[in-house]
Amino acid sequence: MLEVRDLHASINGSPILKGINLTIKKGEIHAIMGPNGSGKSTLAKVLAGHPAYEVTKGQVLYEGKDLLEMAPDERAREGVFMAFQYPIEVPGVSNAQFLRLAYNEKRKHLGEEELDPLEFKDLLKERAKIVEMDASFMTRSVNEGFSGGEKKRNEILQMAVLAPKLAILDETDSGLDIDALRIVAGGVNHLHNSENAVVLVTHYQRLLNYIVPHYVHVLAGGRIAREGGKELALELEEKGYDWITSSVPSGDSAAPVV
Amino acid sequence: MVTQIVKEEDQYQAAFQQLQQSTTASDPAWFGRLRESAMDRFQQLGFPSLKEEEWKYTNVAAISKLNFDPAAIGADAQMTSAELARFGYIESQSSQLVFVNGILRSDLSSLADLPVGLVAIDLAEAIADAKYGELVREHLARSADYNANAFTALNTAFVSSGAFILIPKGIELESPLHLNFLGDPSRHGASNFPRVLIISEENSRATVIESYAGTSDAAYFTNAVVEIVLKDGARLEHYKVQRESIDAYHIATTSADLGSNSSYDSTTINFGARLSRHDIHVKMAHEGAECWVDGLYVVSSDQHTDTHSVIDHQQPHCTSHQLYKGILDGKSRAVFNGKIFVRHGAQKTDAMQTNKNLLLSDEARVDTKPQLEILADDVKCAHGAAVGQIDEDEMFYLETRGIHPDLAKNLLTYGFAEEVIGKIKIDSIRAQLDEAVLNRINARLEA
Repeated sequence: MLEVRDLHASINGSPILKGINLTIKKGEIHAIMGPNGSGKSTLAKVLAGHPAYEVTKGQVLYEGKDLLEMAPDERAREGVFMAFQYPIEVPGVSNAQFLRLAYNEKRKHLGEEELDPLEFKDLLKERAKIVEMDASFMTRSVNEGFSGGEKKRNEILQMAVLAPKLAILDETDSGLDIDALRIVAGGVNHLHNSENAVVLVTHYQRLLNYIVPHYVHVLAGGRIAREGGKELALELEEKGYDWITSSVPSGDSAAPVV
Repeated sequence: MVTQIVKEEDQYQAAFQQLQQSTTASDPAWFGRLRESAMDRFQQLGFPSLKEEEWKYTNVAAISKLNFDPAAIGADAQMTSAELARFGYIESQSSQLVFVNGILRSDLSSLADLPVGLVAIDLAEAIADAKYGELVREHLARSADYNANAFTALNTAFVSSGAFILIPKGIELESPLHLNFLGDPSRHGASNFPRVLIISEENSRATVIESYAGTSDAAYFTNAVVEIVLKDGARLEHYKVQRESIDAYHIATTSADLGSNSSYDSTTINFGARLSRHDIHVKMAHEGAECWVDGLYVVSSDQHTDTHSVIDHQQPHCTSHQLYKGILDGKSRAVFNGKIFVRHGAQKTDAMQTNKNLLLSDEARVDTKPQLEILADDVKCAHGAAVGQIDEDEMFYLETRGIHPDLAKNLLTYGFAEEVIGKIKIDSIRAQLDEAVLNRINARLEA
């Protein structure tokens, strides 16, 4: 589904990603871990098409197509979704209006019929149960005045409505108390199936107790420093990131660089 | 140049003489004197120039150069029912007065839904009326001072038709009363002088929609004056919707005097005319009054819109809320000048004023100046102004949800305007605005 090859990216001229290689197949759950500044959030943003990042080298194929050639909205309509670490507030636009617009844009793209407000209301009600959100959230402005946990749940609600093929969750666990974490993780598990893939970008192992990954990739200095199964996360929890970063030289190294 | 201007004003003088001569015998003497004195004042003031502080950013030279054609005509203009429906509001289908070029057209109006006792007649009729003449004399040209404003003077000099609305004590209007001012397409260069006097008696409650629209792209000049008197405990919700044709000039004054414990809730929507100027003046000369003076202006290409507002707290325990939002695209320009006065002794005043602008292009420009002048010491006042652009993070967020950038921009623009649109209680005005603000996506946004 996703093939990342030797991806290099920078922001304001300073390189952050220095040669990422990653292969994700449908049905899989991947965790991308790493210390602060390792480039894990940058990877998520580059895949979503954030305009502040410049891809300086490498290739990303999504279902055989050049992902980097697509505008952010095209990527989304093609099934790529990113849950934001810090979801944006959109004053004056209700959650329901926003979600229906996004949903119908995708339907149109797929050549399917758009849903009218009543039909969509039913669908939204159904999907909102997945993240235990009540109707009052639908008439409120997008994320405005939401608590940290509500914002994260709202991201997963959007995922539930848009049903992406590839969902990238950028530190969705940060700032969540244990109840909210359980709800969010439950939502993601509910939505994951053999036809889609989930990428969890996280600093902590905690989330992985709830959403169990097939693969764990650890980033350090803009490269994948170590890869393994779910047990790698436990090892990290025990030994800390120093264990990885101290074994990776800060300069150019193992990964193929020019 | 000077002789040129003199010539233009002579044109007004000649038209005025003609109007005074044609005045019917039934018009009372005081009315003729009022017009005479307003005309004198207009001659003294002349059209305002950019040198005047209050007109610093708004150049009205184009109006003074229009070939002056006072519209005592319009009585015979044809208006199809389709055209009427286009500019009417369903909520006021049977409670509307229709004016063509400022002249009331009873044949096009419908008042079936208005309660018994409510008076909604031609101002000219009220002036000559035995019962209402004195009331008009007492209030006409009292709130809107023609000594201070050349356009108010010009309107007062040329008053010939308009609306007189009397909402008697304790009466509650169920349907909004719509004052529907239409510009007649056939008369290029016409000047219209709509004049409205609304008196809301004690504890009455009403909603009035005042709208201006052109039925074609003709260049004409609307110079409107609306005076409002709220007696003790009266409540009035007032919508002014200005969507004149794109080549029109629209200059308007709204002046409201608030009685004790009365409430005036005004929302002004501006999205038409090549050049528009609105002076809104709310006098709180009695204790316990409350007002909302809100507005939204949406302009593009080379449109120019100017709002000057004065909220005058003269007595204690009055509350005012003001929120004006502007959306500017193309090379358009907007001016917002909001003054709040808190006079000596107006203790416990609570005044809040905000003006926010969204620039959608690099060439649009806004001049905003909120002003507070406080002479009392126990008050709560705040004001602020902001000019911004579409937020890039918000854009990216919407795009990552599959929303095309054009649509995302429209949605965020709508979100910006929603604070004003959302308070409008009349569905069809709100729908009209949704369409104007969103154009491309309105049909898909109801949720």
